Parts: sequence; structure tokens; C-alpha cells
Amino acid sequence: MKRFLAILHARNLEFIRDRAALSWGLIFPTALMMGFALVFSNGDQERYKVGIAGEFNHPFLQSQYIKFIPVENLEKAIIKVERHQLDLLIASDKLRYWVNSSSPGGYITEQLLKASGGEVLKVNEVSGKEIRYIDWLIPGVLGMNMMFSALFGIGFVIVRYRKNGVLKRLRGTPLSATEFLMAQIFSRLLLIIFVSVIVYIGCDLILDFSMYGSYINLFLVFAIGSLAMISLGLLIASRLKSDELAAGLTNAISIPMMLLSGVWFSLEGSPQWILFISNLLPLTHVVDASRAIMLEGAGIIDVSHHILIMLLMMLFFLFLGVKLFRWE
Amino acid sequence: MASILEVNSLSKHYQTTIAVDNVSFQINKGQCFGMLGPNGAGKTTTIEIMEGITEPTSGKVLYKGNALGQLFRTQCGIQFQHTSLQEFLTVRETLKLFAGLYPESSDLNELIKRCNLESFLDSDNRKLSGGQRQRMLLAIALINNPEIVFLDEPTTGLDPQARHNFWDLIKSILSHGTTVILTTHYMEEAAELCDEIVIMDHGRIIAQGAPSELLQQHFSERLVRIPENVLSAAQIEALKQQHPSLNKNALFQHSLYQKDDWIEISTNDVNQTMKYLLNAGIDLSFLQIRQHNLEDLFLELTGKDLRI
Repeated sequence: MKRFLAILHARNLEFIRDRAALSWGLIFPTALMMGFALVFSNGDQERYKVGIAGEFNHPFLQSQYIKFIPVENLEKAIIKVERHQLDLLIASDKLRYWVNSSSPGGYITEQLLKASGGEVLKVNEVSGKEIRYIDWLIPGVLGMNMMFSALFGIGFVIVRYRKNGVLKRLRGTPLSATEFLMAQIFSRLLLIIFVSVIVYIGCDLILDFSMYGSYINLFLVFAIGSLAMISLGLLIASRLKSDELAAGLTNAISIPMMLLSGVWFSLEGSPQWILFISNLLPLTHVVDASRAIMLEGAGIIDVSHHILIMLLMMLFFLFLGVKLFRWE
Repeated sequence: MASILEVNSLSKHYQTTIAVDNVSFQINKGQCFGMLGPNGAGKTTTIEIMEGITEPTSGKVLYKGNALGQLFRTQCGIQFQHTSLQEFLTVRETLKLFAGLYPESSDLNELIKRCNLESFLDSDNRKLSGGQRQRMLLAIALINNPEIVFLDEPTTGLDPQARHNFWDLIKSILSHGTTVILTTHYMEEAAELCDEIVIMDHGRIIAQGAPSELLQQHFSERLVRIPENVLSAAQIEALKQQHPSLNKNALFQHSLYQKDDWIEISTNDVNQTMKYLLNAGIDLSFLQIRQHNLEDLFLELTGKDLRI
């Protein structure tokens, strides 16, 4: 424990004093998120969306600039109305419609429906904050940022240590490989949590994004997810001595992970093999679980399968990483 | 004296080269043991196997009769030839880091004083001069009060003053009864510090013993040196003719070397040589007489200049 703490302390000092790396770790994700907020700030819906459950014959359907979407699951669709993903929802068999009182799109489509002159439907008002693309994006970008920090942070440091002989010097002491690696992992975890909290708070102040779930659950998902990805970084760095090879390999893993984990766009409806690969990536589970917590208010039981998978991945990477690790 | 470290039939083969070839020796407790040899002789590989950093292809290293293990790790101190330390740490923080890696560490204040680190304790590791850096690395090697210390070319690249300071430090370590194992390029360093040396070349030990014994074994002669520019070509030729292999009736037994603008005559009988030189009308104003040193021994054994 004494040895673990000595290495942990030294590594933390090293990182805090490396101003360039620290500010990059904070600036990059914040700037990224701000950029997206700017791009998507106006008009992320070009036209109005109205969900239709069941057969519906009504002059309202002739309205222009409205996209009519057939709905199968009424309950899910009602949530979409609450989140402003649908402006209006009509259930023809029940002669009812749902509208969100705080949605401008809801107000306009409701007026169009009333003015269309067809059968009069009963109104059900729901309320809820709009889910913008940026709300959907936040968990993904936070997770992606953790992934980059985990893979590049730990991998590069260990490869650099190995290359310049720091590892060799440490090997001449009673420090064991496990103690050394645990200190690296823990130091990186602290850093990721620190950066993520700052980015989270900063973005929330500016973007005011949605968070329906519990902060404890979100923390748990992010922490376990980070551990799984740090362990993956460790596995990559377990033997490499060349930082160019380490960079190549880390890129080869991180870029597909960024694209296939549903950070930027939903993978719903993608071919089966893509979904299969996606499920093998730890980031997918971080993003899915944190999105469920933040956007749907999911509880720990709802995301337990993601947590379990991340824990298994962590153990697997860690076991292999420690086993393959070489000081030189 | 009891041996503290035992090296048995050590070999290390790389794909195409044999770095260490069946090397054996014992190191006694409290001794300063020197390993000499030209670059590529296998010194560093050997010392790193002894430190437990490199695995030998065959052979064994025993510390106090046992294979190298945790006991050895806590009781040995190492200064590598090339070491990087964690970046962004000061000297003081680096010492604390390494102190934290051992169950017990020596008194940091005393160590700082002993290694003269006071003036740069709060500087970044990367901003030290060569001599400061070596002193800090030595302090790290001593941080656990080791019983045995390995120093791989600790004074290479230091200026003469820094080197002499470093020697004083090593002598103070030895005076505490610590065993020191040292590789070096510098013969005077080995002569100054070492109780016993091995000379290595091509991965093998070619000579072993106390420096004075080795010199006695290999050289009974004295070396008479004359600057080359006071001699004419004919005089040099005449001197060469005095070699016993060329002239059975040579006036005296000697060998002749031409080295760095000096003619060196190695002789058993200085009086005879002086007589010959006077008779030959050679200007003796700049003449020097000295004993053979380890450098000469090294040259004789390896046929190589040391620092090549």
C-alpha cells in the first residue's frame, strides 16, 4: 500500500504539473461540446412531427410541412411527446390526441388540427422538457472523452516510461508490477473523474442539458466504464516499446470505438454484425447506460446488464494486461 | 571474508551475438568490485543480470546464497547507466517517491547532506547538470540503506572535478561497510576505488585480481618516456634495434611503444637504459619515468584503447 501510494502521488503530481496536457484534457471536450451546441442550436427540426396510432382518416393529414409517423407503442410515443421528439400524438381509435403544453411545435400543430375541420378529438396535455440532440449527445461525448483519456493517457505514459527507462529504474526496487499498474489505473481514474465533473458542470451551466436520473448511478456507470477502458489502455501498453506503434494501435481501437458506440448517431436499425461489434466495445455500454440514466431516468437495475458487461470487460483486460506486462 | 554475491557460469546470448560468455566470480562483503572493459565488452549486460534486471540465458546469480528475490530487492541499490526519472518532479519529491518504495528508508536529510543535494533540492529533475544528476541518482541508489550498491559507469561524462567529488562519495559509502560494484571506462577510477577488478572483453573475463597484483603479474618493468620530437629517425631506429627479438646482443631488455607523440621504453633496468640514452646523445630534458598503470595493462590485454 505504501508503494502504491508513493507511485500514485508521483503520477498525480506529474500530471497536474504538465499544464499543457491538463488544459488540453479540459479544453478539448468543452470546446467540442460548445461547437455542437452552436451547430445544433437552431432548427434541429425542419418540420413538425405528428405520431399516428392506428388507422386515421382525417383532413388534418392533408396539412403541409408535417411529417406523419405511424406509431406502434403508444406509451413510448407519449414519452416522446413529453420530450418534444413528437409535436403531437394522435390515437385514432381512442379519438384522443396528446400535446405538450410547453412545446411551440405542439401548439402550432394543435391549432392546425383544430382548424382542419375534421372530427373533434379529445385533448390530453402532457408536460416535459424538450430533448434536444445536444441532450442526447452529452452522455456520448462525455463517454468518448473518457475513452480517449483512458486509452491515450495510460497507454502513452506506460510506453514512454518503458522507452526512457523509468520502468527499468522502478524494476530495481521492491515495487511489483501489480502495484505499479494499480497506481497508474487509479491515478488515471481520479483524473478522468475530475475532468468529467468539470466538463459536466461547465456544459450544464451553458447548455442546461437534461438529467432525469440519479447522479450516483451516473457516477457509477462512468467510473466502471472508465475502469474498463483504462484497463484496455493498459493491455495495449503492456508490452509495446515504440510510441509510434502504441499511437497507431490506440488510434486503430479508439476511432472505430468512437464511431461504433453510438456517440454521434444512433445505431438503431444498423445491420446485425455492426450491432454485434458495437456490443463488444466498452464505450457502447458506457454511452447506452448513461443515456438511459440521463434521458430516461433509468435506475441501476435498468442498466445492470451494461454494468455487468463493463465489469467483466475490465476484469478480462486487467487480467491479460497484468499477465502480459513487461518492465522492458 | 564471506561472499555476498556469487556469479556462476553466466551467459547471455542475443540472436546473433554472445554478450556474456560463461562468466563466474564472487564478490566479498564490503568490497569495491570493479568491472572494466571497452564498449561492447559485456559489462553492462553482466551487471544488469547481477541486478536481476536482465534474465541470463544460462547461469545463476546468488545473493547471500539465495536466488535474487525480494530480500535482494530491498537490500540492493542501483544506479543505471541511463536513467530517466518521472517528469515534473523535484529532486526532493523524487527522493520521497523512491523512499516510499522501500519498507525502510535512510534518513533523507542525512542522505541529502551526504550527496550534496541541498543546493538543487527543489529543482525539476530535468534541469540538473551532469554532476548534480549523478549525485541524485546515487542518492536514490542509497535511499534504502543498501548492503550492496551497483553503479554502472557513474562518472562517464563528468568533468574531472565532478568525478573526484563522486569518488569521495563512493569512498564514504565504502567506509560504511557497503559493498560496491562498479563498471567504468576509467582506469584511474578503478585504481583509486577498487579492491578487486575484472577486465572483460568479448563477453569474457580476461583478467581478475587486485589492481596492484595484476600490475605486478603483468609488468615488472618501468616505463621510460621521451617526447618523439626530440629524437631523430635514426635514433628511433637504433632504439628499435635494441629489442631482444631483433638483436640477440641487445644492451638491455625492453619493448618500445610509440604512443601519442611519445616514445615509451619498457625496461627492467632503468640504469642501463639511461646509460644507453646518454651515450646515444639523446636530449633527456623532457624524460619521464613511471610505473605501468591499469591503462597499459588494459591495452596489453585487449589490444584496444579503453574509450573506443
